[in-house]
Amino acid sequence: MKIHEYQARNLFRKYGIPVPEGVVCHTVDEVKQNVSDKDKLRVVKAQVHVGGRGKAGGVKLANTKAEAVEKAGQILGMDIKGICVEKVLVADAVDIEKEFYVGLINDRNTKSVTLMASAEGGVEIEEVAKVSPEKIIKMSIDPAIGLMPWQARKIAIQLFADPKEIRQCANILVKLYQLYVDTDSSLAEINPLVLTPDKQVLAIDGKMNFDDNALYRQKEILSMREADKDELKEIEANAKGLSYIKLDGNIGCMVNGAGLAMATMDMIKLYGGEPANFLDIGGSSNPQKVVDAMNILLSDQNVKSVMINIFGGITRCDDVARGLVIALDQIKTDVPIVIRLSGTNAKEGLEIIKQTGLPVVETMREAAQTAIELSKK
Amino acid sequence: MSILINKYTKVIVQGITGRDGAFHTSKMKAYGTNVVGGTSPGKAGQEVEGVPVFNSVEDAVKATGANASVIFVPAAFAADAIMEASYAGIELVVCITEHVPVQDMIKVTPVLKKHGTKLIGANCPGLITPDECLIGILPAMIFKKGNVGLISRSGTLTYEVVNMLTESGLGQTTCVGIGGDAVSGLYFIDLLEMYENDPATEAVVLIGEIGGDAEEQAARFIKEKMTKPVVAFIAGQSAPPGKRMGHAGAIISSGSGTAEEKIKAFKAADVPVAKEPREIPGLVKEKLGL
Repeated sequence: MKIHEYQARNLFRKYGIPVPEGVVCHTVDEVKQNVSDKDKLRVVKAQVHVGGRGKAGGVKLANTKAEAVEKAGQILGMDIKGICVEKVLVADAVDIEKEFYVGLINDRNTKSVTLMASAEGGVEIEEVAKVSPEKIIKMSIDPAIGLMPWQARKIAIQLFADPKEIRQCANILVKLYQLYVDTDSSLAEINPLVLTPDKQVLAIDGKMNFDDNALYRQKEILSMREADKDELKEIEANAKGLSYIKLDGNIGCMVNGAGLAMATMDMIKLYGGEPANFLDIGGSSNPQKVVDAMNILLSDQNVKSVMINIFGGITRCDDVARGLVIALDQIKTDVPIVIRLSGTNAKEGLEIIKQTGLPVVETMREAAQTAIELSKK
Repeated sequence: MSILINKYTKVIVQGITGRDGAFHTSKMKAYGTNVVGGTSPGKAGQEVEGVPVFNSVEDAVKATGANASVIFVPAAFAADAIMEASYAGIELVVCITEHVPVQDMIKVTPVLKKHGTKLIGANCPGLITPDECLIGILPAMIFKKGNVGLISRSGTLTYEVVNMLTESGLGQTTCVGIGGDAVSGLYFIDLLEMYENDPATEAVVLIGEIGGDAEEQAARFIKEKMTKPVVAFIAGQSAPPGKRMGHAGAIISSGSGTAEEKIKAFKAADVPVAKEPREIPGLVKEKLGL
C-alpha cells in the first residue's frame, strides 16, 4: 500500500524526524483559508502515487501567499501519468546547502532490512545508483537488535563532517528505522534529506510503502489509504480473493496462478497481442470467483477479447469447467471468449465446456493466437 | 537419488486439524509420503487421517523422529510455526501458507541460520521426489520419476511445465517450488548446488520470474560452479516497467530485475532460455543429447 508524501511527513513528525511546516489542501479555497497570510517562499506539491511529478509540472515554488494560491490552482486537477491531482501540499520551502538520500527497504538478498544512504541526494538518485553504485552506502540491519546508534553514526559520519550534523543525521536514521519496523513498511525514503545554511538537518520529501500482507495488524496505516482509480479496482479485486493489475492492452486474461498469469501475458505479447491486465483467480473452482473476475475484466472498456487459461492441479479441470459454465451463464457480454483447459481431468473438462459453444483449445499457444484473432474482429 | 526428500523422510503437518492441513495430509499419505504426525495446540491425542496429533513440534519430534514439517497455519502464525519447527530440530521446513508479512520472514531468517534449518517458501506449492515423497499441495499425477531436476518460483506454471516434461518422456528427480515472496527460504543457488551434487540429476529446469536478482545470481553460479546443463524460462517478460518499488527498489536491484536482464545473464552462462513454456522439453532433450 502506498501513502502520499504529506502522510509520510505526518508519520515522520510523529516519530520526531524534523520536517518543514506544511498543509494539505483539496481546493484553492482551502489554500486561501489554511495557509498563513505571511508571505514567504513556499513549495506547492501535487500529492499523487506516481513518480516523476516534478518533471510533469506538479511541483512549483511560490514567493507569496497569492502565488501559492495561484500555483495550487494550476496543479489541482492536473493530469500526471493518467492520475488527476486531487490534493496539494503547501509547505515552507527551506534554503538548501546540500542534499542527501536515505532509504530503508526489505532486501531479498540479505533477507534483512537494508539501510541505504548517499551524499548525492535528489531526483537523480537512480542515475547515481546506476552510474556510480559505490556512492550508495548500504548496511544490513539485524532484525533482533535493530539499528544501533553506533551503526547510524557510522553511516552519518560518511555523509556529514560536523559533530552536531552527524548527531542530527544519526538520530533521524534510528527514528526512521523504528518507524519502518513499527508500521510493517516495505519502503521508507527521505529524498532529499537536506542540510540548511543554519546547519539544520531536515526531511524535505518522504515516501513510504507498506506490506499489504501486514495491513491486518496495521489499522492506523490502513486508515490512511487514499487509493486512486486504478488502485481502487485492484483493492476491490483483492477483497474478492483475486489479484488484478490493469495494463494498457486489449486482450483480457483470466488465469489460475500468478506465474502462469504472467506467462499467459507473455504468450499474448509473443504472438503480437497486448494484454489488458494481469488477473490471478487463485486455486479454487468457485463459480462466483469467475463471475467476479469476469466483471472486473469487462469493466475495462479496452478489452476486445478474453482468454481464460486454466491449468488444473489439485483443482480438477472438470470442477473448473462446471464453475465456468455456471459463471458464463450469468455473464451477458458480446466480448468474444476463448477457453484453454489443461491438466488433471482436462478431457472431461473440455467436454463440459463444449456445451457453452465457446471456442475451447488445449494449448496456451492456440489460446493466445485465437484471442488475438478474436480481438481484431 | 534425489535432493532434500526421499522415501525415508518423516513428515509432520503443522496445522493438521485445519481444512487445508487435513485435506493435504490425506493427499500426501495417498501418494505414499511417510506422514508420521501433526500438530495442533491443545489437540494432542486426536487423530487426523489416521495420523496422531501432538501439542507441539517438539512433542511430535520426540515421539516420531520426524525430520521434515509442512506448514498450513494462517499467515499471522506462519513465522511462529517456522521458528517452532527450527527450534525443535526439524531439518526441512516447507511453508505453504501465503500472505506472510515480510518483516516476519526477516525475523525468521537468523533463527534458521542458527539451527541450520532448511526452509522452502513461504507461499510455495512444496516439493516432490516422484514415487517416493510429496510434501505440499502439488498435483501428484503429473509427475514421473526420471533424471531432470526442476526449481520454480511459481505454482501452476510449474505444473504446466512438469506436465509438458512428463508428456515428452522426461521424468524428474525432485521438483521444488520455492515460492515467489520477496524474502523466502532456499533460493535458486542453494538448490542448484544440491542438483549438481545429486548423481541422479542430469539436467535442471529453472523457472524464474521478474523482480529481484535470484536469477542473475543463479546464472553466475551456473557459469562458475555447474557441470550439468540448465534450461531456463522467465515469466513476466511482458510486464510493464513502473510496477516496482520506487527508487529504493531500483537501487537495490540496480542492473538486474527485468526479464531482459535475467535472460542476458542466462545467455552469458550458456543457459538456453525458452521463449514459451512449450519449448522447454525440446531444449532439455537437446542438452541431454536425446
